[in-house]
Amino acid sequence: MNQPPNNVIEVHGLVKRYGEVLAVDGIDFAATAGATVGLLGGNGAGKTTTIAMLLGLLLPTSGSIHVLGHDMLRDRFAALARMNFSSPYVSLPQRLTVRENLRVYGHLYNVRHTDERIAELSAELDLGALLDRPAGQLSAGQKTRVALAKSLINRPELLLLDEPTASLDPDTGDLVRGWLERYRGETGCTILLASHNMAEVERLCSHVLMMKQGRVVDRGSPQDLLDRYGRDDLEEVFLDIARDRRSASRPGVHQDTVPA
Amino acid sequence: MTGAPRRIWGLMYRHLALYRRSWPRLLELTYWPVLGMCIWGFTATFLSRRLGAGAAVTVSALLGGVLLWEVCLRSQMGVTISFLEELWSRNLGHVFVSPLRPWELVAALISMSVIRMLVGVAPAIALAWGFYAFNVFALGPVLVLFFVNLMIMGWSVALAVVSMILRHGSGAEPLAWSVLFGLAPFSAVFYPINVLPAAVRPIALALPSAHVFEGMRGILLDGVIRWDHLSWAFGLNAIWLGVATMIFARQFHQARVRGALLSIGE
Repeated sequence: MNQPPNNVIEVHGLVKRYGEVLAVDGIDFAATAGATVGLLGGNGAGKTTTIAMLLGLLLPTSGSIHVLGHDMLRDRFAALARMNFSSPYVSLPQRLTVRENLRVYGHLYNVRHTDERIAELSAELDLGALLDRPAGQLSAGQKTRVALAKSLINRPELLLLDEPTASLDPDTGDLVRGWLERYRGETGCTILLASHNMAEVERLCSHVLMMKQGRVVDRGSPQDLLDRYGRDDLEEVFLDIARDRRSASRPGVHQDTVPA
Repeated sequence: MTGAPRRIWGLMYRHLALYRRSWPRLLELTYWPVLGMCIWGFTATFLSRRLGAGAAVTVSALLGGVLLWEVCLRSQMGVTISFLEELWSRNLGHVFVSPLRPWELVAALISMSVIRMLVGVAPAIALAWGFYAFNVFALGPVLVLFFVNLMIMGWSVALAVVSMILRHGSGAEPLAWSVLFGLAPFSAVFYPINVLPAAVRPIALALPSAHVFEGMRGILLDGVIRWDHLSWAFGLNAIWLGVATMIFARQFHQARVRGALLSIGE
């Protein structure tokens, strides 16, 4: 199949089965350059499993994944160099300072002039006072900023974020969302965001994939979803879908490609 | 520096920075080799006094065995402990989604193992020379070949242990400290292979380490370089390393199938 050249993510018939458990059940979606796609769903809906397959950490049972034009099952390293990932559930070495951690990833991602890049990120994310402190001594909010700096070290064209503002206070969460918007605006980066924060999804995402029991059960822009379910916020839409409370007033727009 | 060498250096830098900030880790590198040398050094001194000058060569073989065994042990632990450091810091997820290839990960772990082994064994070598009048360099240039063989065997065992950790998670961690000790009785570290019962000699002959220690005794006791044993050691190491690499590649693939790279350590 010919891939449209501007699709940063292209997923077809993706299935992941663990024995009897079907974690991801044949999902299809695509995202164009510059899009921010929200992956929503309850715990166990298949969001993290989908992200892990996009990162090459997990092999699908069947289906295909193309990222930045590369088949992730055959040629994942070419894509991995141009993307990055952040999750509060994956740590950075606690005893290393923030600067040392960022240097490690500067080397792993082959970043030119690593120290200059660290200085840039330090200015953008207000890390100056943290650079020479061990990562293990930082607060949750500071760790999130450092994790974000790590995920931006290679100026990624695709950013995969698993609950990037989980456990952050509203102020820090707002700052993180602001940084993401700015980075996206400056670089045209594509972002795939798994989140339980509906306000965050409404603010950041151009398109939302609603997942339940491993399937994409609805999709569209946040406004489309609000209109179709007749709700004022995405949290209500989320609950409608999670609890089978109400169906969309009209069929969802099942376009597979997510526009920027 | 770019490409693979830079990525390998990146992971080495992570571990070197860790040692710079953790003196207990640095102390641990030298603690056991030095402690072992102290115990066996005093034992050798006692035996020399009881048995007289005729025992001097045998005592040298004993101390040579202690030092060379540490080379194998520290090489194995150098790889496995470095891997476990990634697991303990819950950093594996970040490492495995970076462009670092699995072979580059192994190359970085092996490079760290060489550094850890040299830092750990050097004080024990100095102790043996300064306090017990045993100079391991008296073995001559062939000592390098002994070192190389013992390091390769250590890496092979380490790759198998890392594979078990990928397969069984944290439950397999104790293997990092224990598995090589299980091979010590068959490695003929302190005694010739022919001392072993005939039934277990084939096990010893299948171990590269047993041939290295036979070679060491050949030089110390008979003044002869046993090239036959060295050849066996290299040949067996090629097989051991090949098999260990296949096991690692297989378990890494299986870990990606099972999702263990996400949940390992939990």
